[in-house]
Amino acid sequence: MLLQALAFYVFAAITVAAGAMVVVSRNPVYSVLFLILAFFNAAALFVLIGAEFIAMILVIVYVGAVAVLFLFVVMMLDINLTELREGFLKYFPVGALIGVVLFAEMLLGLGIVGAGSKTIAGLNAQGAQVLAIDNTRAIGRVLYTQYFYLFQVAGVVLLVAMIGAIVLTLRTRPGVRRQKAGDQINRTKEQAMTVVKVPTRGGV
Amino acid sequence: MTIGLAHYLTVASVLFTLGILGIFLNRKNVIVILMCVELMLLAVNINLVAFSVFQGNVVGQIFAMLVLTVAAAEAAIGLAILVVYFRNRGTIEVEDINAMKG
Repeated sequence: MLLQALAFYVFAAITVAAGAMVVVSRNPVYSVLFLILAFFNAAALFVLIGAEFIAMILVIVYVGAVAVLFLFVVMMLDINLTELREGFLKYFPVGALIGVVLFAEMLLGLGIVGAGSKTIAGLNAQGAQVLAIDNTRAIGRVLYTQYFYLFQVAGVVLLVAMIGAIVLTLRTRPGVRRQKAGDQINRTKEQAMTVVKVPTRGGV
Repeated sequence: MTIGLAHYLTVASVLFTLGILGIFLNRKNVIVILMCVELMLLAVNINLVAFSVFQGNVVGQIFAMLVLTVAAAEAAIGLAILVVYFRNRGTIEVEDINAMKG
C-alpha cells in the first residue's frame, strides 16, 4: 500500500511538473516534449488505479499520434520565438488571479478545503472498486452492446476530422507536371507509333 | 496512506488550472494554446476515470475514450487550420487573427 502511494505521488508530481513546463517553456518543441511526458505519467496513474485499457489508449493516441502531429507542425512552421513570448509577463497577474480563484473553487467543491460534497467523501471512504472481470473485458462488454452507436459516432467523428484536415491542407500547385496513369494506359498503338516509308538513300 | 478519489481529483484540478493559466499566459502562440486545451482534456479524462474506478462502473472509462476521440479530432483539425493560416499570413500570432472582425 505504501509503495502504491509512493508511486502515485511520484507520477502525480511529474505529471503536474510537466504540465507546468508545457505552459512556461520558451520553445514550443520543448512544450510538446513535456506534453508527452505529462501524458505518459497520466497513463501511469491510470495503470495504478486499474484502468489499463484507457492508459494504453492514451499512450497510443497521444504519444503515437497527437504529440507527433504537434511536433511535426511546430517544426514545419518557421516561427519567430521571441515575438511570441512577448506579453507573457503582462498577462501573468490576471492569469494567475483567475487560476487561483478557479483552483480554490475546485478545492472547495472537492471538499479538500471545507466541507465538500457528500458523494465524493463517501466514494473516498469506500475506496477503489475492484471489478470481477479484467478491465479491457469489462469495457468491451459495455462498449459493444450498450454504447455501440456512440462507438460508431466516434468513428464518424474521426473520419470527418481526417477528411477535414486533408481538405484544409491540400493545395494544387499550377505548373507542376504530374504523372497521369490513366492517360498512359489509354494510349493506343495508333497514337504512339507511325510507320514511315524511308526512301533509299533519302534519309528520314 | 491509501490513495483515495480526492487525490486523483486534486491532480486533475491542478492540471485543469494549469491549462487555463497557459491559455492566459501564452496569448500569442496558438500552438501552445492548443496544447493547453489538450492538457485540460487530460484533466477531464483523469476525473472520468477516477470516478469510474471508485464507483465500480466502467461507463466512465467509455466516456473517457470518447473524450479522447474528440481531442484527437480537435488536434488534427486545429493544426490543419493553423498550417493553412500560417501559409496565408506567415505568422501565427493570435492578435493578428481578426480577418473576420469578430
